[in-house]
Amino acid sequence: MTRDEVLNLYFLDARSKLIDLAAFLDRVEGSAGEDDFRVRSFRAALRHLSESEREKAKAVLLTLSDPTTEPLEKATTKGAAGAWPQFKS
Amino acid sequence: MRYIEPHAHMVSRVTDDYAAMAMAGCQAVCEPAFWAGFDRGSAEGFRDYFSLLTEHEPKRAANFLLPHFCWLCINPKESEDLKLADEVLAIIPEFIDRPNVLGIGEIGLNKNSRNEIIVLEKHVDLAARFNQLILVHTPHLEDKLKGTRLIIDLLKNESRIEPGRVLIDHVEEHTAPLVLEAGFWAGITLYPQSKCTPPRAIDMVERFGAERLWLNCACDWGKSDPLAVPKTALEMRTRGHSEEKIDFLVYRNPCRFLGQSPVFKLS
Ligand SMILES: [Zn+2]
Repeated sequence: MTRDEVLNLYFLDARSKLIDLAAFLDRVEGSAGEDDFRVRSFRAALRHLSESEREKAKAVLLTLSDPTTEPLEKATTKGAAGAWPQFKS
Repeated sequence: MRYIEPHAHMVSRVTDDYAAMAMAGCQAVCEPAFWAGFDRGSAEGFRDYFSLLTEHEPKRAANFLLPHFCWLCINPKESEDLKLADEVLAIIPEFIDRPNVLGIGEIGLNKNSRNEIIVLEKHVDLAARFNQLILVHTPHLEDKLKGTRLIIDLLKNESRIEPGRVLIDHVEEHTAPLVLEAGFWAGITLYPQSKCTPPRAIDMVERFGAERLWLNCACDWGKSDPLAVPKTALEMRTRGHSEEKIDFLVYRNPCRFLGQSPVFKLS
């Protein structure tokens, strides 16, 4: 597809999602409490969007992933949070 | 348009979903054994589930002229309990020769724990001994990258397993290259929130090539769409992909992979 065709097909959808992201952060920042590992990871992942690197989706996914390689001793829960709980900054 | 739904948990879906899939051009539906959203109380619960997958669901699907196939295993979410897992693994051979059983799946990892890995190894051994295809579930969200790496290492170290007879499912942009470069097939799961959306799935097809990829809806008891595959095919059309290429991805590819099992026959 040409740049114009991509934009015609996806710009309005992406614009809507961008505003949703901004509103989400407004909502988070307007709420009582502190940022946790999810918000810290989210903000770190957002930085990839404004950089010139080619594979932005991959970079975001890697930022939201557990980077370790050793198996867990025991599964104490079944669910996943969407970000790595030990994420620092 | 014709397509195969290679991953759908029809036990969790209503009859109208079978009707909608058939009307959209579905030619066969394949149902991996999975976590039902709650833990079964005993191995006997799995025996009942395997009976459902091999007797009851094929009848429901047949009402819409849909061939129904299935995969058997104890899923990774119930694999922390090694005793239960061993009991279920002992039941599987009783069902493995049933006429709609494609292989062992969806096995894999959930939280990447040591016990999950032990149970995964036992399933891989079972598949090797019974010469079965393998369908692998990769973990959710933040656990996917690590789990995919552990799964690939484990499968690569098992000399009896041919990568071309293994499909590793639920890949995303960060795991698809790992799976494909190791010689395995990769599945892209189309979900409204987690996993992958249709535009991202098509991006991956364009970037990595369609040679060893399939699309699936993995519809179950959660937020999911039984028509996600034909909807993605429609989006491929709007992006200018040819009917030939769409047919290759959504029909001929699943037929090529699943056709390695002697039970996968479409009339
Ligand atoms: Zn599944």
